[in-house]
Amino acid sequence: MAYIQIPEEEQLPGIRGLMAFRPETAKHLNELAEALLRKTDNDLSKGDRELIATYVSYLNDCLFCQSIHGAAAQCYLEDDGTLINQVKQHYDNAPISDKMKSLLSIAASVQKGGKFVMPEQIEMARNHEATDSEIHDTVLIAAAFCMFNRYVDGLGTWASKDPESYIPRGKRIVEEGYAAYDPMKSLVK
Amino acid sequence: MPHIPLPSHLPGITGLLEYSQDTADPIRELTQILLRGDSTLSQGERELVATVVSHNNECTFCTTAHTAAADLLLGESVTCEMVKKDIDAAPVSSKMKALLKIAKLVQQSGKAVTEEAVSIAKAEGATDLEIHDTVLIAALFCLYNRYVDGLASVTPTNPEFYEYLGERIVNHGYNRLPQGYDHLKK
Repeated sequence: MAYIQIPEEEQLPGIRGLMAFRPETAKHLNELAEALLRKTDNDLSKGDRELIATYVSYLNDCLFCQSIHGAAAQCYLEDDGTLINQVKQHYDNAPISDKMKSLLSIAASVQKGGKFVMPEQIEMARNHEATDSEIHDTVLIAAAFCMFNRYVDGLGTWASKDPESYIPRGKRIVEEGYAAYDPMKSLVK
Repeated sequence: MPHIPLPSHLPGITGLLEYSQDTADPIRELTQILLRGDSTLSQGERELVATVVSHNNECTFCTTAHTAAADLLLGESVTCEMVKKDIDAAPVSSKMKALLKIAKLVQQSGKAVTEEAVSIAKAEGATDLEIHDTVLIAALFCLYNRYVDGLASVTPTNPEFYEYLGERIVNHGYNRLPQGYDHLKK
């Protein structure tokens, strides 16, 4: 049970219940997710963006967000879950580009706090050809998930422990995105 | 120096929001609803939530800016200073104390918020919507503080800058100024 009264709570875990509770704020949260995770005007792919979101949510120990965004990343990157787990355990050993490793290092620092990002990390990312806009997006995705994770867990929402149960929602994110999401329309009547 | 090139006439958050307007729009709208929209919490009380979280995240830019806004809205500067130092000693209602304590827990992490902290707020009369908004404001400032410091945007040191910024967010709110920010170029 969440700390506040959520409509149709059994059918709406995590942020979905909170979005049903307060549609006015939900609209802009979904627009932010859409702009950050789906609009790519640089070389960070949608899969890369979901990977950063998943990793930060994992570091924040937010089961709902790391599962949902992990499922979306899996769909984009055509991964069976192996890569996502490698990134969570030790991204340095994962089969991803050096640029992504340097960006994940920046994301991990942002998760601790803005001041933890060191100039050397930015330099490293640049040496691996990260652009200003990719560095910006990495920091903002990481910062945004420090918000989303706190929102979801700070109000005590529930989340399924079964990773498979998130795959259909991951597929829907890949197909439809975030902007038009309406929790009340997702209910099974 | 910022980690990425930002407009030099717009220190702190404003330059970042101008750098990436697609993401800035929903962040601004969300802030406007939460801090300026209809609420049973006053605008000053909501600025106290923003300030206490920014203070605990050690984000000087956001703390100073929202302190200035809170002081203007409350008409004095004692309350905000006390809230940062010792919530229990601050001249705010018992309900506000409970909500500010929830905000401080959110600053640590979502999981740090306990059922007990929420029950205390409810016992002091906080509604579900007030609790929801407090948690989301606190979470939102965990985004802002990391955005501002994670990209090392410039933190002005002159007090007049924050007096101006406090007035701007009290009088104009959080949406982008209709005329943009070119008038601030020296």
